[in-house]
Amino acid sequence: MSNITDLKLVELVDKIKKKELSSTEVTIAFIERSKKSKKLNAYISENYESAIKKAKIFDQKPDFKKKLPGIPIAVKDLFCTKNIKTTAGSKILENFIPTYESTVTQNILDEGGIIIGKLNCDEFAMGSSNETSYFGNVQNPVSENLVPGGSSGGSSSALAAKLTPATIGTDTGGSIRQPASFTGTVGLKPTYGSCSRYGIVAFASSLDQAGPMTHDVKDCSLMFEIMSTYDTKDSTSVDFKRENYFTNLNENIKGKKIGIPKEYRVDGMPKEIDELWEKGIKIIKENGGQIIEISLPNTNYALPTYYIVAPAEASSNLARYDGVKYGFRSKGENLIDMYEKTRSEGFGDEVKRRIMIGTYVLSSGYYDAYYLKAQKVRRLIKNDFDEAYKKVDAILTPSTPSSAFKIGEKLNDPVSMYLNDIFTVPINLAGLPAISIPAGHDKKGYPLGLQVIGKAFDEQSILNIAFALEKNISFKNNITDWWIK
Amino acid sequence: MTIDLKTVKHISKLSRISIDDNKAKKLGKDLNSIFSFIEKLNELDTKNTEPLTSIAETTLKLRKDEIKSENIREDILKNSPDKNKDFFVVPKVVE
Repeated sequence: MSNITDLKLVELVDKIKKKELSSTEVTIAFIERSKKSKKLNAYISENYESAIKKAKIFDQKPDFKKKLPGIPIAVKDLFCTKNIKTTAGSKILENFIPTYESTVTQNILDEGGIIIGKLNCDEFAMGSSNETSYFGNVQNPVSENLVPGGSSGGSSSALAAKLTPATIGTDTGGSIRQPASFTGTVGLKPTYGSCSRYGIVAFASSLDQAGPMTHDVKDCSLMFEIMSTYDTKDSTSVDFKRENYFTNLNENIKGKKIGIPKEYRVDGMPKEIDELWEKGIKIIKENGGQIIEISLPNTNYALPTYYIVAPAEASSNLARYDGVKYGFRSKGENLIDMYEKTRSEGFGDEVKRRIMIGTYVLSSGYYDAYYLKAQKVRRLIKNDFDEAYKKVDAILTPSTPSSAFKIGEKLNDPVSMYLNDIFTVPINLAGLPAISIPAGHDKKGYPLGLQVIGKAFDEQSILNIAFALEKNISFKNNITDWWIK
Repeated sequence: MTIDLKTVKHISKLSRISIDDNKAKKLGKDLNSIFSFIEKLNELDTKNTEPLTSIAETTLKLRKDEIKSENIREDILKNSPDKNKDFFVVPKVVE
């Protein structure tokens, strides 16, 4: 039999249900591979011993009705996990142990999942390369010294390197889809209100969404079905009847109208991305879908809008880190001095930069010019999508304007780093669902992704379209295990 | 528009983040490049556009005010960098 860690999530679930594999065997296999993969720096906290114990307990009295029967899963360290350290990639939360469980991780536990560790991420999810983490850079398993994307960079790296059969991330401006694209994996950002935000360390509350990251679309639909629940503990959780996304998954896209926004053809985009996009269009046509040219005229204003709205919300959300009730504290001569030193030493440069942008755009005299202006433009961006969806069922675009870049390459130029999210940010501003699937490689051999954007709460359609694309693309991730001696 | 050193220092005060002059200079440079990128929004006429304050167009639901977790005071206090019995300790604020 092939290696356990080579199996995909749904395959593992089947084998455990057929008693061909035990939870203990599977859990140990992923832990052993994780132990050999420290060089990737994908983990912040390991939960190995407790996980093996839980796997043994599962095997003593297995419940095969569960959707994740004894399946080991490592999760982004932005999800609060009861009694397991949760850092958000920050020094200020280095020793924080939550007294509660996030709803999304609770859903995974309720379905029989076992948490094997917490994965590295950009500090407070602010970054596109995982380089802002207090716990260091993460290696992309695709090639040495390549960024895994961000902010869910530990998640994408661990998944692509097969240290976990599936994982979860959060996406505020592209933090699931961009790292998925950079590592040749699948990542879904659900509709705002689909997955509960309860227990997720807050970055920008009107944009944050949790979502699955997996090897293929089938695994993605299973994880999403588990993650998406109505939750009274999140006031923006939307109460509607969720579909059986996994059971309903099918590749029939006949008659589906797919929009191609002309504004997503940006200057300087590598030729390979354009070719992949064309390939995607061809596949949709061949499978009975209809391609319709559309316009999203305010696309170019999405990033500037995002860089007002997200930092404003972050500056407000991160005001809670004052060194009093939890987290890191620095000594000060008085209370204010203590606050200022704690926050100066406890936050990294990118987080401080964003808090200060946010504080500035919300400050007296600038609120109307920046924050209110951005909220108005956000409306225009949402209107663009509303107009488009009168004509089409979904939209197809590239996931990112380039493939993964080298560690350090964009670190000193915040604006060039921000441009990474040009194709993903508008979707968060409009609160829509979007999935990134691997579609090919550039000339350096690095993976590239295609993004399918859907109508609000119509994840089933984009999963189905992605499923049809995936079947016809048959992408192969050529990862060589270079980090294992 | 440019953000001068004085403004950077003022924002850092409002943000409760202390910074030295060197950092303030570097940050001023970054903020200026970010804000010149943000200025692009001024191209748009939004006089008649309503701001979008929430993407989830739902009315907030009421729920019962019930205690869900009890007796976790000790666990909560364990996370505090400085405590005394059942209290969080901060530098003296009253003379």
